[in-house]
Amino acid sequence: MKEIRIHARAGQGAITTAALLGTAAFIGGKYALAFPHFGAERMGAPMNAFVRLSDQVIRLRSQVYEPDYLIVLDPSLMRGFDVFEGFRPGGIAIINHHEKVQCPKPIQNIKVFTVPGNDIATEVLGRPIGNTTILGAFAAATGEFGLEPLQQAILERFSGEVAKKNAEAARRGYECITKGF
Amino acid sequence: MRQYLEGSHAVAEIVRLCKAQVISAYPITPQTHIVESLAQMVADGELNAEFINVESEHSAASVVQGASATGVRTYTATTSQGLLYMIEVLYSIAGLRLPVVLTCANRAVSSPINIWNDHQDSVTVRDAGWLQFYAENNQEACDLHLMAYRLAEDHNIMLPVMVCMDGYILTHAYEAVDLPEQSQVDKFLPEFNPIHCLNPDDPISMGVLMGPESYTETRYAIHQTMMDALNVIPGISDEFERVFGRKVNCLIEKYRLEDATQVFVAMGSMVGTIKEMVDGLREDGQKVGLLKVIAHRPFPKKIVYEALKNAREIAVLEKAISLGEEGPLLSDVKSAFCGYGNQPKISGFVLGLGGRDITKKSIFEVYCALAGSQIDVKFIDLKI
Repeated sequence: MKEIRIHARAGQGAITTAALLGTAAFIGGKYALAFPHFGAERMGAPMNAFVRLSDQVIRLRSQVYEPDYLIVLDPSLMRGFDVFEGFRPGGIAIINHHEKVQCPKPIQNIKVFTVPGNDIATEVLGRPIGNTTILGAFAAATGEFGLEPLQQAILERFSGEVAKKNAEAARRGYECITKGF
Repeated sequence: MRQYLEGSHAVAEIVRLCKAQVISAYPITPQTHIVESLAQMVADGELNAEFINVESEHSAASVVQGASATGVRTYTATTSQGLLYMIEVLYSIAGLRLPVVLTCANRAVSSPINIWNDHQDSVTVRDAGWLQFYAENNQEACDLHLMAYRLAEDHNIMLPVMVCMDGYILTHAYEAVDLPEQSQVDKFLPEFNPIHCLNPDDPISMGVLMGPESYTETRYAIHQTMMDALNVIPGISDEFERVFGRKVNCLIEKYRLEDATQVFVAMGSMVGTIKEMVDGLREDGQKVGLLKVIAHRPFPKKIVYEALKNAREIAVLEKAISLGEEGPLLSDVKSAFCGYGNQPKISGFVLGLGGRDITKKSIFEVYCALAGSQIDVKFIDLKI
């Protein structure tokens, strides 16, 4: 079983990101459990969402404390807060890049990919919402599912132009890892 | 068909497939996506129902009570303070023998204000005359709603049913669920055929005054029906399996109990985490098992006794407490052993209140406490 912790602020789409991740894994033939942890219900408050992926039915319902994978949607959360807490050795982190925020020095034996998710999203979607780009990068970096199931999940979730553009944003994120920036 | 859905959405799909005709809900906190999804389905014409937004949960319960009395299939959902606000109508619905189905998305109660999960809300209304089932996961939540309508409307039962699913942990969790076809649901759940209903062409009175000469018999009748339901449920579960091709447990589920000497007893989503722990302890050679209680009311006392009688140490884990006494499920389990000799040690553990996370470590803490003397109430993960 692989465990994923997503760091974001309330309103940034962490739940949608977790749901898309779970859906992509489901389409790819895995069991997936995606769930949010709400803090106080206000926009901008730090919050987590979690996903578990497995080849077997997932019964464990606790939050994720020792993630195999990390997704940081809002890099400003790394100011004075250790997003790497409990991170397992061999883990992979995907961090949405922000030029003003220094990525913390990764502890040994983990891989950190910094992806300009919001920049790509601004270019492709016209809005700095890097979630689907980051998910594309996650797919490429971890190999948990391919780009195709992810794009299918996105097309199921959204409709029309928004769906197409987000699928394209996911491809761009994917290629950030496979082809470099 | 297997679909990847949020728990709330999955339950809304089941209510749609059950063709609820009147749905009423208070649309503001505390509420879930269930009624939001249903409102959308009605607006989109996917569900031919009347959706009635009301100004309070008291009114929501009153609307489904009135609607059910006219002979239509009804649905409402609430949680926490909302459920408490419904209480007087909940008793009334049961007294009128109306087959209302309600989802309780279990959450804590105030004060202090807390929107997160525990079982204090539904446990508070366990004596209201509603059948009450607790789901471990979203598939079970879906299946229990199908069973709920079928049981509620069975002429041998005619009582309301509350399906309890853990707020957030299940309602907001995305996982795969196998949703049935409409034809399967229609086969399992025939059209609602009321025994009595309000009809202007053939007027009757419901909810009349009944004095000391007859009130007792109404309570006797509900209690008798609850006891009868324990015998009706297995047959309908078998029918469920024939129609949908999978098992549904409605009373209890035994997990690795065969030779278990130490047994956990619990309801709701924490059961999944306990199963993981049981497997781990089994690998270490410990003879542990788990009894999942699904039906809190009627409480399947004999079945619980039979399942637990060979255990030496029993841990009842619950997300509720009768303040000043002990956990309500603990009292029920203890009473199942009353009158039998050779009683096991039965200890009570309270955890997961107000959304405090239940981890494998929490369950291990319970396991470690089992070896000591019998405990009535031990709070787990307590920060003092």
